[in-house]
Amino acid sequence: MTARGTDVLVIGAGAVGAAVAHYCTLQGLSVRVVDRGAPGGGTSSRCEGNILVSDKERGPELDLANYSLALWHGELAEHAESWELERKGGIIVASRETSLVSLRRALTAQREHGIEVQEIDAEALLALEPHVSPGAVGAAFYPDDSQVMPMQVVAHLLALARGRGAEVLPYCEVTGLMREGERIIGARTTRGDLPAGAVVDAAGPWAARFSALAGVHLPIAPRRGYVMVTEPLPPRVFHKVYAAEYIDDVGTSDTSLQSSPVVESTPAGSILIGSSREQVGFSDAISREALQRIAANATALFPFLRDVHVLRHYHGFRPYSPDHLPAIGADARATGLWHATGHEGAGIGMSVGTGKLLAQALAGHRPDLDLDPFDPARFGDAAPAGGPR
Amino acid sequence: MTSSPAPDDHVRITVDDVPLSVPVRRTVAAALMLEGRQAGWRVTRRAGAERGLFCGIGVCYDCLATVDGRPGLRTCLVQVADGMDVRTGTVDV
Amino acid sequence: MSEIAAVVVIGAGPAGLAAAAEAARGSDRVLLVDAGPRLGGQFWRHGAKDDLPQAPAPRWHHGWDTYLELRTDLERAEAAGRLEHLASTHVAALDVREDGLLALHLALSPTGEQLTTLLAETVVLCPGAYDRQLPVAGWTLPGVMAAGGVQAFVKVQEQVPGRRVLLAGTGPFLLAAAASVLQAGGEVAAICESGDLTGWVPRGASAALVPGKGREGAQYAALLVRHRVPYLRRRVVSRIHGTDRVESVEISRADDRGAQVPGTAQVLEDIDVVGLGWGFVPQAELLLQAGAASRLDVDGSLVGVVDGEQASSVPGLFLAGEITGVTGASGAVAEGRIAGRAAAGRVSGRAAESSRKDASARSRHRLFASAMHRAHPAPAGWADSLDEGTVVCRCEEVTLAEITAARDELGARDPRSLKGVTRAGMGMCQGRICAAAMTCFGTDPLEAARTTAKRPFALPLTLGTLASAEEGTE
Repeated sequence: MTARGTDVLVIGAGAVGAAVAHYCTLQGLSVRVVDRGAPGGGTSSRCEGNILVSDKERGPELDLANYSLALWHGELAEHAESWELERKGGIIVASRETSLVSLRRALTAQREHGIEVQEIDAEALLALEPHVSPGAVGAAFYPDDSQVMPMQVVAHLLALARGRGAEVLPYCEVTGLMREGERIIGARTTRGDLPAGAVVDAAGPWAARFSALAGVHLPIAPRRGYVMVTEPLPPRVFHKVYAAEYIDDVGTSDTSLQSSPVVESTPAGSILIGSSREQVGFSDAISREALQRIAANATALFPFLRDVHVLRHYHGFRPYSPDHLPAIGADARATGLWHATGHEGAGIGMSVGTGKLLAQALAGHRPDLDLDPFDPARFGDAAPAGGPR
Repeated sequence: MTSSPAPDDHVRITVDDVPLSVPVRRTVAAALMLEGRQAGWRVTRRAGAERGLFCGIGVCYDCLATVDGRPGLRTCLVQVADGMDVRTGTVDV
Repeated sequence: MSEIAAVVVIGAGPAGLAAAAEAARGSDRVLLVDAGPRLGGQFWRHGAKDDLPQAPAPRWHHGWDTYLELRTDLERAEAAGRLEHLASTHVAALDVREDGLLALHLALSPTGEQLTTLLAETVVLCPGAYDRQLPVAGWTLPGVMAAGGVQAFVKVQEQVPGRRVLLAGTGPFLLAAAASVLQAGGEVAAICESGDLTGWVPRGASAALVPGKGREGAQYAALLVRHRVPYLRRRVVSRIHGTDRVESVEISRADDRGAQVPGTAQVLEDIDVVGLGWGFVPQAELLLQAGAASRLDVDGSLVGVVDGEQASSVPGLFLAGEITGVTGASGAVAEGRIAGRAAAGRVSGRAAESSRKDASARSRHRLFASAMHRAHPAPAGWADSLDEGTVVCRCEEVTLAEITAARDELGARDPRSLKGVTRAGMGMCQGRICAAAMTCFGTDPLEAARTTAKRPFALPLTLGTLASAEEGTE
């Protein structure tokens, strides 16, 4: 069975896929979104909903983060309430003089590249976060760091796209690609053939598997992270608060378990506690060690958490990219194939920027930001040793 | 006959600073209901409504109170003890 | 007790007691772990004085002799150093390790403190069940309880949680709960049974399979007649009234789907306790944590798949009692015996001697239970005429209107998506109470049941506890 064709077929209904769909319909393109599960059922429902500039270094990632931030607080501001957007601000806490020194160095560089950041002393930190560990020696405050409820982002962006004619097909798994010569002209799925002018890979950590169907190499690998969720509490943590070591964890390519505390509250009262990073494929085997380390880190940062109950924990798979940059744009190796994946832990925040830029390119316009640094073909054709599983 | 307390012995607890004498077999929830004459004792976050004992066996987490300084305890599972201090209202860590 | 237990039995209800007693005959390294302070589980829940020597059998209990026999067996095994009972201990998580051992993460109940890890060669999981609930307008008012909660209250307090009680829902357990209220000196305003019980004669053919059930039913019937308690069939609670606690209850006729028929309401005044129950939900989180195969039973419960020896799909993990299908205490004892013997046999390498008596009791009780479940279905139409403002998720206070809006406007078509968008099932109870309702919003019942029963911790743990977990044996 072959369905009516669309201009764009988006593979993956997570935050990135939903944003691509939203912006494509705004460009007047006809859109269909498929997901092998429920919308938002992958990484988007297993993360914290970060919109961060504080963990970025200068370069194309920061440009994309800033571009996205402007969209969240600009043209998408009218939906802020539906996805619980909070410009809560981020605080990086240094617990030792040595980490304060490296924090200072980082924030000086960030400030030069337009990130709004203030260094605050221990006293000012306690004014902003009265319950933080009294052992902190200093901190950096990033007023622009924000948070959303990612499942709401997915649901509402897809609803907006549907309102402009997009079709969303959940529980629809891609089994192969339709081709005309070398050109990709749609996808074969468990719900029939879906022809399209452009097929967009928004498969997140599963992008390597999907790309393999298209015959191209894209070394996006799953990087597992745990989040613990506490019982609902009256407000006690007011910003996204994390330790200076978190930045190092984000930037590393080490595959073993790293953990550094990230603590933030949600509008519903629960506190979300991260984070860990480990490359264990798509393993669901519980790491008690990761949970214990996250708990120990978090209680060191906020001692009151010792008496707070954790109701559940979950893990998600971030789409890890070897050079820490996402893959966005047309794939020169397979005409008709486009990518929007590989954002690692920043996919929610950068989803809207990614969606808008890709939609501009798909509609034949010049994107607001140069997509060259995100060129999906930059990884080459051969799978390097230790590549994606 | 023995020195162990008879099962119908009473213990003294305080509920929001009010002293109560309750049989030793009471759970905190039952003491709140029978001796404390309360139907509900936890206030919900959203509707500000009172909740009390619902499932009675530790499954629903509706009957929470602070017992001896420990917040969020399921009162249906906590046995009273002499000198126990119970705080009701919004569960606040 | 050496470092690695041969058999760990989780749960000290009818199935667990029987499993532990049998396991201790075949092994001298048996551990019985239970969240309660005393043996007995929910079925034989009792107060401290009921365990005193020469204490009379509590009048609301059935099969108390069986309890006493099992307790005596366990005391002997404990005295002989073959068995240890860890009371007030909750299994927070159950992992299957790569070396085939099972790791149990234990915490004190009810505080959730002191997390320790215990390794076991085999586990017999007997976690029991709790009342299935369906939302009804006013059910968050204090005074509204689970029918099982009303009975549990009587069993320990020897008093009724109020004065005049209405019991509603479906199933023979409503009769048992009503009987305990009467025996404790309370008044039962009525029992509302949503089913019409066509084809279900408690003293008929199915009951002949298990004579004990027939006797039990006849005793309840006599008691209810003596106290003139109306037993109303095809009747459901349509709204519970009250300002800060239950005051009166509106009941309505039920249609074939168990939905309230508008315009048939009748108000019962002067009610201060409502006990609601639509059958029972087995506690499946440890089953799912271990990754054991599960299926939907006749009553819609998610249960573990077992073979003739009560072995699950996970090597070394045995299941007994309600977790294999809600069958009641006598069936649970039979399953527990089989599972306990099989677990000890697996460790010793000696094949368990099968007992034809236990196997036959197990099949009779299972047959009886499926007939009972078919006669007392949880109503598919519970939401048909429900007030839109009714709270579905009690913890996060999510209403039916919010859930249907998320489904219709945002395309959230399964419990997991609905949870993500509305928070239904995200609260303190982790979806235990709203699961039955939320699974009805899914298109795939089995997947929906698995999703709503998945809980990575079986009870909340403090971060301080998690941070200082003793993972010494690993």
